[in-house]
Amino acid sequence: MSLFLRDYLTVVWFGLAAILLAGLLLGVAAAVRPSRPGKEKLIAYESGVDPVGLGWSQSQIRYYVFALLFVIFDVEAVFIFPWAVSVERYGWFGLIAMLVFIVLLLDGLVYAWKRGLLRWV
Amino acid sequence: MIQLAVEIPYWGQSLLRVLGGLVAVLLPAGTIVYVFLFKMMSFMQSRLGPMEAGPYGSMQLLAEVSKWLQKEDIIPENADAKIFKIAPIIVLASTFLLVVVVPFGPDAWFTDFQAGVFYALAIGSVSVIGILIAGWSSANKYSYLGGLRAAGQLIAYELPMVLAVVGVVIQAGSMNLQQIVVAQNTQEIFGLDWIGLPFVLTQFVGFLIFMIAVQAELTQAPFDMPIAESELVSGYMTEYSGFRFLIFFIGEFATAGVFAFIASILFLGGWGVPFSWFGWESLDQVENWMNVVGPLIMLSKMMLLVGIIMWVRFSYPRFREDQLQRFAWKVLIPVSLANIAITAILKVAV
Repeated sequence: MSLFLRDYLTVVWFGLAAILLAGLLLGVAAAVRPSRPGKEKLIAYESGVDPVGLGWSQSQIRYYVFALLFVIFDVEAVFIFPWAVSVERYGWFGLIAMLVFIVLLLDGLVYAWKRGLLRWV
Repeated sequence: MIQLAVEIPYWGQSLLRVLGGLVAVLLPAGTIVYVFLFKMMSFMQSRLGPMEAGPYGSMQLLAEVSKWLQKEDIIPENADAKIFKIAPIIVLASTFLLVVVVPFGPDAWFTDFQAGVFYALAIGSVSVIGILIAGWSSANKYSYLGGLRAAGQLIAYELPMVLAVVGVVIQAGSMNLQQIVVAQNTQEIFGLDWIGLPFVLTQFVGFLIFMIAVQAELTQAPFDMPIAESELVSGYMTEYSGFRFLIFFIGEFATAGVFAFIASILFLGGWGVPFSWFGWESLDQVENWMNVVGPLIMLSKMMLLVGIIMWVRFSYPRFREDQLQRFAWKVLIPVSLANIAITAILKVAV
C-alpha cells in the first residue's frame, strides 16, 4: 500500500480508537452507576417549571444568510490555497489574477453589508 | 532519521501511533483542566481552588472522574435517543482526528499529509456537527438555541481562521505541517540566524486572527454564547448528565490543547529549534534526540498558548450574539483578506 493511503488508514485507526475509548468509558460508567428511573427525571429541563410545548418549538434562524456567504468564502479559500503554496512560481501574473479574484469576492461581502444582511434583523 | 534495529510490523506501528495519539489528546486535556481551570482560575478569583485531594489538590481529576462515573444516566423522554447518544462521541472523535496531523518531532508524527493544513482546517469543523445534533436531539429549548448559536458562531469564525493560515502557507511555500516547521527553523529574519523565523514575527496579524478564531471555535469566553450558563444553562449540554457530559467536557479541553499544538506549529516554530544552533541544514540531518525533546518543546508552547486563551477567558465578559457576528464579518474577514494580499505582494516583490 502506498504511503499516501497508509496515512489515511492511520486516520481511520484514530477514529476507531476514539469510538473505542468513548465506548469503554461509557461501558465502565454503565456498570458502576445507579439506575433509579422516575417519571419526573425524564422531563425536559426548563428552569424547574414544567416545559411549555415541545423543545422543538418554532424559532427564527437568524443567520441563514451567513451560511450562504460562508459557502462562497469557503470555496474561495479552496482556490486560494493551491496558489498560496506556489506564489513565487506564478509571480506577478498569479498575484494579480488572485488579487482580482479576492477583490471580486470582497465585493460580494460589501454588497451584503450594504444591503444590511450583516445586521441583526 | 531513525535507523531502527528491528523492523516494526505495520500493525505494531499503528498501535504505537494510536497509543501516542491517546497520550497527545488526554495528557494536555488533564493538564489544562488542573493547571488552568482549577488553579489559575482560582488564583485569578482570589481563592485556593481544590486543596484536599492529594498535595495541592493534584488528585482532584481522579476524584472528579470517579464522581462522574457514579452519576445516573438520564435521557429525556422526548429526546431523539440514538442521536443524543452519538453526539458526544462525534465531538471526542473530531479531537482524535485532529491530532493526527500534528508532528511532534522529525520522526515523531502520526501522518505526513502533503495538504496537512487543509486537513486540519477541515476536520477542525467536524465537532460542530456533534454540537448541532446534541442541541437538536435534546428536545430542550435551551439546547436548541445553544446548538443554533454554536453553528452560527463556528461558521462565522471558521473563515477568519482559514484565511489567517493562508499567510503562513504563502511564507512557508507548503501545506505540509512538517515543512512549515522546517521553513520556520531554517529561514532567518534580519540576518539573525539564531532565532530562525517563527512566523509569529512576520504574520503577527494572522496569529492574532487565528487565536481569536480559536477562542471562538472552542466557545471560550468572551465567545461562550452557545454554552452561556447564565442564560442558556450550558446550552447544548443542558440535558446531558453523567459520563456523556464528561465526554463533552474532555473533548472541549482536549480540542483546546490540539488547536494550541496547531497554532504553535503554524506560528511559533513547532517542535523545532533553529537548525543553525546545531549546524543542521535540512530535516534529514536533524538528530534523533529531537524526537524526545521535540514533544517537550511542543508541550511547553501548547501550555503557553492555552494559558493565553484561558487568561482571556477568565478576564472578559461575554459578547452579545450580534456583536460576535459583526466582529467576525466586518472586522476579521476583511483584515485577514488584506493580510493575504500584503503577504503575497511582499513575497513576490522581495
